[in-house]
Amino acid sequence: MSNPNMTRDLSADLVKLYRANAHVLADNTGEILNMQRQDALEDFMRLGVPDIKNEDYKYTRIEDYLKGNYDVEFTNDPFKVNLREIFKCDIPELDTHVVLVMNGFYYHDNNLSDLPEGIIVCGLNEASVRYPEIFRQHYGRYARTANDGLIALNTLFAHDGVFVYVPEGQRLDRPLQVINLSFSFRNLRITRRNLIITGDNATCNIILCDHTLSAHSYVTNSLTEVYAGKNARFDFSRMQNENSISSQITHTFIHQEENSVVSSNTISLHGGLIRNNFYSRLNGTGCENNVYGLFLGDDNQHIANYTLINHATPNSTSNQLFKGILDDNATGAFNGKIYVSRNAQKTIAYQKNNNLLLSPTARMNSKPHLEIYADDVKCSHGATIGRLDNEAMFYLRSRGISEKEARQLLMYAFADEIIGKIQVSLLRDRIIDMVDKRLRGELACCSNCDLRFG
Amino acid sequence: MGNSNDKILTDVTGSEYKYGFVTDIETEIFPKGLNEDVVRQISAKWNEPEFMLEFRLKAYRHWSTLKMPQWAHLVIPEINYQDISYFAAPVQKAGPSSLDEVDPVLLQTFEKLGISVDEQKHLTGVAIDVVMDSVSVKTTFKETLADLGIIFCSMSDAIREQPDLIRKYLGSVVPYSDNFFASLNSAVFSDGSFCYIPKGVRCPMELSTYFRINAADTGQFERTLIIAEDDSYVSYLEGCTAPMRDEHQLHAAVVEIVVMENAEVKYSTVQNWYPGDRQGNGGVYNFVTKRGICKGDNAKISWTQVETGSAITWKYPSCILKGENSVAEFYSVAVTNNHQQADTGTKMIHLGNNSSSTIISKGISAGQSQNSYRGLVKVAKNAGQVRNFTQCDSLLLGDKCGAHTFPYIEVENDSAIIEHEATTSKISEDQIFYCKQRGLDTETAVGLIVNGYAREVLNKLPMEFAVEAQKLLQITLEGSVG
Repeated sequence: MSNPNMTRDLSADLVKLYRANAHVLADNTGEILNMQRQDALEDFMRLGVPDIKNEDYKYTRIEDYLKGNYDVEFTNDPFKVNLREIFKCDIPELDTHVVLVMNGFYYHDNNLSDLPEGIIVCGLNEASVRYPEIFRQHYGRYARTANDGLIALNTLFAHDGVFVYVPEGQRLDRPLQVINLSFSFRNLRITRRNLIITGDNATCNIILCDHTLSAHSYVTNSLTEVYAGKNARFDFSRMQNENSISSQITHTFIHQEENSVVSSNTISLHGGLIRNNFYSRLNGTGCENNVYGLFLGDDNQHIANYTLINHATPNSTSNQLFKGILDDNATGAFNGKIYVSRNAQKTIAYQKNNNLLLSPTARMNSKPHLEIYADDVKCSHGATIGRLDNEAMFYLRSRGISEKEARQLLMYAFADEIIGKIQVSLLRDRIIDMVDKRLRGELACCSNCDLRFG
Repeated sequence: MGNSNDKILTDVTGSEYKYGFVTDIETEIFPKGLNEDVVRQISAKWNEPEFMLEFRLKAYRHWSTLKMPQWAHLVIPEINYQDISYFAAPVQKAGPSSLDEVDPVLLQTFEKLGISVDEQKHLTGVAIDVVMDSVSVKTTFKETLADLGIIFCSMSDAIREQPDLIRKYLGSVVPYSDNFFASLNSAVFSDGSFCYIPKGVRCPMELSTYFRINAADTGQFERTLIIAEDDSYVSYLEGCTAPMRDEHQLHAAVVEIVVMENAEVKYSTVQNWYPGDRQGNGGVYNFVTKRGICKGDNAKISWTQVETGSAITWKYPSCILKGENSVAEFYSVAVTNNHQQADTGTKMIHLGNNSSSTIISKGISAGQSQNSYRGLVKVAKNAGQVRNFTQCDSLLLGDKCGAHTFPYIEVENDSAIIEHEATTSKISEDQIFYCKQRGLDTETAVGLIVNGYAREVLNKLPMEFAVEAQKLLQITLEGSVG
């Protein structure tokens, strides 16, 4: 059972850790980041690390993953390495702007000389100093710290990450690929914070990859705030691929204005704990919001997805589709909510969660919730948990396909619904390849990536 | 179809809640407040054996350590548990042996409610246990049933006459420590119904309990226990009403069902407690714990409920599917109007191999009401080949109400097949338009559509109940259109 004392001790330790290093954080980060720390501290002291009595974390024992001895890097000077030498994501066909982030710090040597005019991509801390007007308008506006201890914790320790600004009417010509790397010789606690602003009529496509480069344990608390202005288009794909002793908690806040279209697609390939929280607020009429996720779990992995889609205004549409395949002792959770406020008439909202259990010890919990206060709406949700279809299996076997291959085909077909929604076609091909390998139990990484993890 | 609906509507025109009268009858009421002495007094009142007093005291002591649960999607004004009287009973000579001895005022009350306590005139063949202010007034057809070995009597009689059965089964499905309201009930329940169907007996008539709250400032705490031995069958009905009062009344009941091998229990409820007036004043707080266990293989439990009354409903009729091949069903229509709040649903706990469950829940919210479905489907590690199908639909009438769905699905076995689907929408304009161009007015059209929507559940009710339930739907939704 969960021990409330443990959560309390862990929370107290984290507060202590902050207090001891508050001046280092303050000295090395911009004013706007520091301004929000006091409120975050108060909120965190009140809320603490969520335990399983917290309805939103009912199926995820966060404290088990957060506790333990971890180092924290408060300044960006761990050891001088040339990231470009140890890590190459050299994908000639995938034509992207590449940005590296190491242990939560924006890498100093990112080459972005060919960005279109007016578009800003830089470190979060740098942005808070160089572009205070834009930054102040958005930072911490969507990720409120008052309700979730982990959001407060992120805001408390936030020091760097990626800042993207696509001004009104501009278009990012190629996808921006942000590669988050965790690399150290010790176990490490990492805080990442990103802010992405897509102005009115702007278009932006971001691919985010998470990797661990050494066989140490990393606990990452990552938060991304996304603003999509009127008629903006924002497309977000995330690949989570970390080692099995690492934990990753992500929060994605999406704030949408009139007629904007935002899609997010999260492929959770590997990691000890993966907990993804998605918060979308449809703040203008005519918005479209799509949140998709595919998670593949084996060993003792735990993968949890949480969504809260808040329809605040009329005439918007949202789609959620989460699919999971769980093997061995893996556990999964889906905790989704559609919230339709009183004046959000003509809302159309769908939510679906399908899960495959492949072993007798795999477990899945699903909580698809609807909370609806407007009457002229079409909202529905569905959830299924089951095995591979025996009849489909029989059909394939009767065509002379081996059992292993048939299983592979069926699992792949199951996963394909999500993969097919990835819009960048080259990325899609790559992910198809990775998922295929992952389902075969092979190491899931790009064929020409020399990255290997423990 | 149109005609019968018209009739239903004219039937109910002007009558908001026709059971809202108060019977002026001498009632014995304990002073307000709850402490160990009150619990002892209640127990003494019924000449209960020692083990019952202990059960109550254990429950009371546990209850006093608990706090009101906050997790439901309900706004519950603070309830002062010391401001309620925990015992109220119509005064009558102990144990009326024939109908003549029952107070005529009481008989009139139930006649007014349309419940015939008079066996001779009773043609429908339903045996009724009538409970007023949680004290059983009269049980009909007792002798006919006794010939078959069926025991159908008030809980207080059962405690005195069947102590072995009570000791074995009371609290075996809903333990005294189960939850706040179950603990409270275990400590202070005054009466209720008891039903025992022996091995191999198919109960020839519907058994029914009718609950009536009459006295003011009292809580109603009744307890029902149904035991169905191997190869037996019983269909059980429950109805309830309360007078219109400005203050809220508390109702915290517990129903336990034990079903053995190859046995089947069908439990139907039409819940029609006073829902409060249009402004949300008064009304019954209905906090009920209902649970059945399929103890033997091939056992079956079927819950059917039509929830139209109560200011606040907090109710989750549940099933523990322990036996292999056991089957559980839950059919529910929950209607809320004006300021009513309902948080209701079911729990299906699958422990046995090959067990299957079906959940059909239809929520209808109108006015400024909030209607939530909350359900759990759990498949334990060792329960193979479990099958569940869940469908919960919500219908919204009016733009100030809310409909919410909170399902929980927890699966620990890979051979399970679990499906859940839910929809929320309003009556489409196409449907209304179609009805109107056939000459129906909007209100009739809505009634027709709502009835069609709830049909799947209403069909599961015994005949008499289905008619009543259909009428209730109309009354509850009256004035919510247009």
